[in-house]
Amino acid sequence: MEWEAVIGLEIHAQLATKSKIFSGASTAFGAEPNTQACAVDLALPGTLPVFNAEALRMAVMFGVAIDAEIGHISVFDRKNYFYPDLPKGYQTSQLFHPIVGIGHIDIELEDGTTKRIGVTRAHLEEDAGKSLHEEFPSMTGIDLNRAGTPLLEIVSEPDMRSAEEAVAYVKKIHAIVTNLGICDGNMAEGSFRCDCNVSVRPKGEEKLGNRTESKNINSFRFIEKAIKGEIVRQIDLIEDGHTITQETRLYDANKDETRSMRSKEEANDYRYFPCPDLLPIVIDDEYVEQIRSCLPELPDARKARFLEQFKLSDYDAMVLSAYRELGGYFETVANTAGDAKLAANWVMGELSKHLNQNDTDITVSPVTAEMLGGLLLRIKDNTITGKIAKQVFEAMWAGDGNADEVIEAKGLKQVTDTGAIESLVDDVIAANQTQVDQYVNAEPEKRGKMIGFFMGKVMQASQGKANPGQVQGLLKQKLDALAN
Amino acid sequence: MFEKTLAELAQGLASGEFSSVELTRSYLDRIKAEDGALNSFITVTETQALAQAEAADQRRAAGDAHAFTGLPIAHKDIFCTQGVRTSCGSRMLDNFISPYNATVIDNFNTAGAVSLGKTNMDEFAMGSSNESSFYGPARNPWNNDCVPGGSSGGSAAAVAGRLAPAATGTDTGGSIRQPAALCGITGLKPTYGRVSRYGMIAYASSLDQGGPMARTAEDNAMMLNVMAGFDPKDSTSIDKAVPDYTLTLNNSLKGLKIGLPKEFFSGEIDPQITAQVQSAIREFEALGATVKEISLPNTHLAIPAYYIIAPAEASSNLSRFDGVRYGHRCEDPANLEDMYKRSRGEGFGEEVKRRIMVGTYALSEGFYDAYYKKALQIRRLIQQDYVNALAEVDIIMGPTTPHPAFKLGEKSSDPIAMYMEDIFTISLNLAGMPGMSIPCGFTNGLPVGLQLIGNYFAEERLLNAAHQFQQATDWHKQTPAS
Repeated sequence: MEWEAVIGLEIHAQLATKSKIFSGASTAFGAEPNTQACAVDLALPGTLPVFNAEALRMAVMFGVAIDAEIGHISVFDRKNYFYPDLPKGYQTSQLFHPIVGIGHIDIELEDGTTKRIGVTRAHLEEDAGKSLHEEFPSMTGIDLNRAGTPLLEIVSEPDMRSAEEAVAYVKKIHAIVTNLGICDGNMAEGSFRCDCNVSVRPKGEEKLGNRTESKNINSFRFIEKAIKGEIVRQIDLIEDGHTITQETRLYDANKDETRSMRSKEEANDYRYFPCPDLLPIVIDDEYVEQIRSCLPELPDARKARFLEQFKLSDYDAMVLSAYRELGGYFETVANTAGDAKLAANWVMGELSKHLNQNDTDITVSPVTAEMLGGLLLRIKDNTITGKIAKQVFEAMWAGDGNADEVIEAKGLKQVTDTGAIESLVDDVIAANQTQVDQYVNAEPEKRGKMIGFFMGKVMQASQGKANPGQVQGLLKQKLDALAN
Repeated sequence: MFEKTLAELAQGLASGEFSSVELTRSYLDRIKAEDGALNSFITVTETQALAQAEAADQRRAAGDAHAFTGLPIAHKDIFCTQGVRTSCGSRMLDNFISPYNATVIDNFNTAGAVSLGKTNMDEFAMGSSNESSFYGPARNPWNNDCVPGGSSGGSAAAVAGRLAPAATGTDTGGSIRQPAALCGITGLKPTYGRVSRYGMIAYASSLDQGGPMARTAEDNAMMLNVMAGFDPKDSTSIDKAVPDYTLTLNNSLKGLKIGLPKEFFSGEIDPQITAQVQSAIREFEALGATVKEISLPNTHLAIPAYYIIAPAEASSNLSRFDGVRYGHRCEDPANLEDMYKRSRGEGFGEEVKRRIMVGTYALSEGFYDAYYKKALQIRRLIQQDYVNALAEVDIIMGPTTPHPAFKLGEKSSDPIAMYMEDIFTISLNLAGMPGMSIPCGFTNGLPVGLQLIGNYFAEERLLNAAHQFQQATDWHKQTPAS
C-alpha cells in the first residue's frame, strides 16, 4: 500500500525582547542559575504580571509578515499544571484569542514549484524554567532564569506531506523571524524549537490517522530525521496490524529515535481560563498599519531582488536571502567589489567555511563585509591571484589588518613583470628536462594538459605571486618553440 | 488615648500632645495585655514599630510630616511585608518571611505610618468567621464567644477592641464589610482597581480589593488617601486621579437619592437588623436625603456565581504553593508527586481545600461552559442590575449582613449556612463597585452594620454620607466592655 504522511508543526520562537514578557528581569542567555529571576518570575505570593509591549510589537510584526489576521482583542489565558520549573503552577498563554490568526507562507519544493502552507495561529506565552536532573544526585535543581521569557508559538496547518516539506517550512519561518529581528534563531540555545505532529494514512484517504507529537526538537537535521523515523515507525506498526497511540514522544538525537513520553490518557486537563491579572489587549488598525509600514524586507522579497539586481543563480539568491545579516553582508561585499558573482562565491565559500569552523556569527565576523569587498577588489585589479587571496583572507581572519595591509606586509603583490616571470619560466624549463622531452614528444592535443606541471613549478617558485595568465602564455610559447 | 480616632491622634501628634513613640508604645502594651483574649494579631512587630515611630517623630521634628506620619495601624496578614512573616492565615506560609513589600505597605511606609503588626484572618481570606485561620479564630470584642466575622476578622477585632486605631483589610465577597458590621466599626471596599493588589496575596484576582477599616468614616478617608492610586505593577489598577477624600466629608446630603433594594429587606433576616437599618435610613432622610425602593433582581444568583468564579480563580492562584520555592514542604518526600500531595495536603486547611476542589472542578474540561462561563454571564447580569439602579439613585442602602455575629462553631460545620452570611455583600464584588459598612445599632448587644453602595469611583460620596451620619449619631462611638 502507498502511504501518505500528514505533518503539522508547532514552532516556539523566543522573542528577542530585553526583558521578560511579564516582568522586568533580563532575558539574556547563560547567566548563573536563578540570577535573572525576580519576585514575579519566582511567583512569590502577591506578585502580579505586567505585559511587555515589545513582545506585542514583535508578535504583530510576525503576523503582518505572514499576511495573517491580527486579532483586535487578544486575551491571555492560564494553562494550569504542576511542574517544579513552572513557578506559578500555570503558564500564561493564549488559547481562545491569539494575537495572530490565520496566515500562510510559501515554501519552495525540490522540483522548483512552490507550495502554500497554512499558519493556523500564533500566540504569545511565557517559557518555563529548567529542571536540572544531572548535577544533583537524587535531587532536581531548578533554574528559573528562563521562566517568563517571551515565546511566540506558531502553529501550522497539517499541510506538509514529507520531512523535506516540513524542514523547508521550518527554515522559512526561521528566516522570517530572524529577518524581522524578533528572534535570534539560535536553535542550540533553544531560542527556536519545534514540536512535530505526524500521522500517516493510505494515499487517497481523507480521514487523518492517529498522530504523535515529538517535542522540542532543536535542529533542522533532527527535525528531518525525527519525522522520517516517525513516519517509518508508524507505517511499520500499521502494516504489522497495530494501531497508532495518540501520544507525546521525545526525540533522542543520540539514538536518532523517538520514544513515548506520555499518552493521551495521561495528558493533563489544563483548565484554561482567562487570566484575571491581565487586561485584554486591544489592537487597533492604526497600530498594525504602523508596524506594516516599518516592516524590514522579508526573505522572499529579498530573493527576488537579488535575482533581479545581481543576476544570481536561484540557489545563491535563496541562500543569501535567508538571513538578514547574511544578505546585508553579501550586498555590501557585492557593492564594494562591483562583482556580485564573485561576492556570492566568497560569502558562501571562504567566509561561510570560516564562520562554521569557528562557530562564529556573521555579525561578529573578524572579516567585515567591507574588508572582504576590499579583498575582492584586489583580485579584480590583478593585484593578487585568487589563490593568494585565500592567504590574505586567512590573515584578515587572524586580525592582521585589511587586504591592502596584509598584501603589503607579506609582500604578496602579484608579479606581472614579464622579465621576472620569463626568468622563472626559463629556470623551470632548464631544470626539468625529462618533462620537457615528454612534452616535445607528445601529440600536440595532449600537450595542453601537460603544461599544468610546469605551471605548478613556476607558481611555486614565485610563491604564488606570478600572474598565472602570463606564466601560462610564456610557458606555451617557449615549450611549443622547443617542440617545433 | 485608645478612644481617640485616627484624626484625633493625628492632631495630638501635630500639637505635640504625645509622640509617635509614646503612642506606639501604648498600643503595643495594650496589645500585650488584651490580645490573649481576642487573638486579633498573628504577628506583633514591636521592634520594627518602635523604630518606625522614632523615625516618624524625627520626620515631624524636621517639618516633613504627612497627615499620616506617626500613626500606628495594623495590617491584615495578607499584605506582604518585607522582613516580616506574611502567613495569610495559613500553615502553608507559616515560615514565609516576605522579601518585598506590597504596594499598600510601601504607601503607608512612605506616608510615615507605624505598623503594629499583622492581623489574623481566615486562611487565604476564605471564610466569613475567622475560624479557618491556622492561628485559631480571632474573637469578637463585643462577645468573646462570638466570631468577629471574616475574612478580615483580626483587623475588625483589633480596631473594635481598641488594639489599633485602624487596620487594613481586603474584601473579595464582603471580607471588609461583614467583619466591620459584626464588630461595630466602619470599613470600606473601594472600587475594583482603586487600590493596588500588588503584594496582596491573591484569593480571587478579579474580586479582591484592599481597603480601610477604622472606627469612623473620616478615618477611612484618611487611610484611603494613602492606599488609593494607580500602580504600574498591577495591570488591573486604574490610572485615575485620587481626590483628597477628607475634603468632601462635610458636603450636605440635601437631595441625596437613596435606593433601597427590596431583595435586601426580604427573606432570612434578623428583624432587629431590619429595624435598625430602617431607623438609620430615617436619619438620612432627616439629613435631607430622599428614599425610594429599587430592585436588584439577580441578587439571588450572586452566591452561586461567586462560589464558581472565586474558587476557580483561587484553584489557579493557589497552585504556586507547591513546596518547591517557599512555604510548607512535607518531610522526606518520596518523589515529586508525593511532595506535591503532602505539602499541599498538610499546608492547606479544610476550607481552602474545599474551594480548590470546587474551582478545579468548575474549570475542568467539559464543565467549563456549564459552570465558569455561565457564572461569568450571571456576573454581567448582576453588574447590570447595579448599573441600572445607580442610574436612578446616588447610594444604595441596606443591611450589611442578615444576622449579627454568631457563636464560634455555630456554622463551621455547615459551609452553605456560612456562605449565606455574605448574601448582601458578595454581589458588589461581582459588580466591582465600592461599598461601606457603618455601625447603625445593636441587636442583643451585638453591633448591626448599615451597608452603603455607590457607583464606580463614588468613594467620596460614600464617605461623605457615612461621615454626615456619624456626625448625627454615636453608634460608631460605642465601646465594647473589655
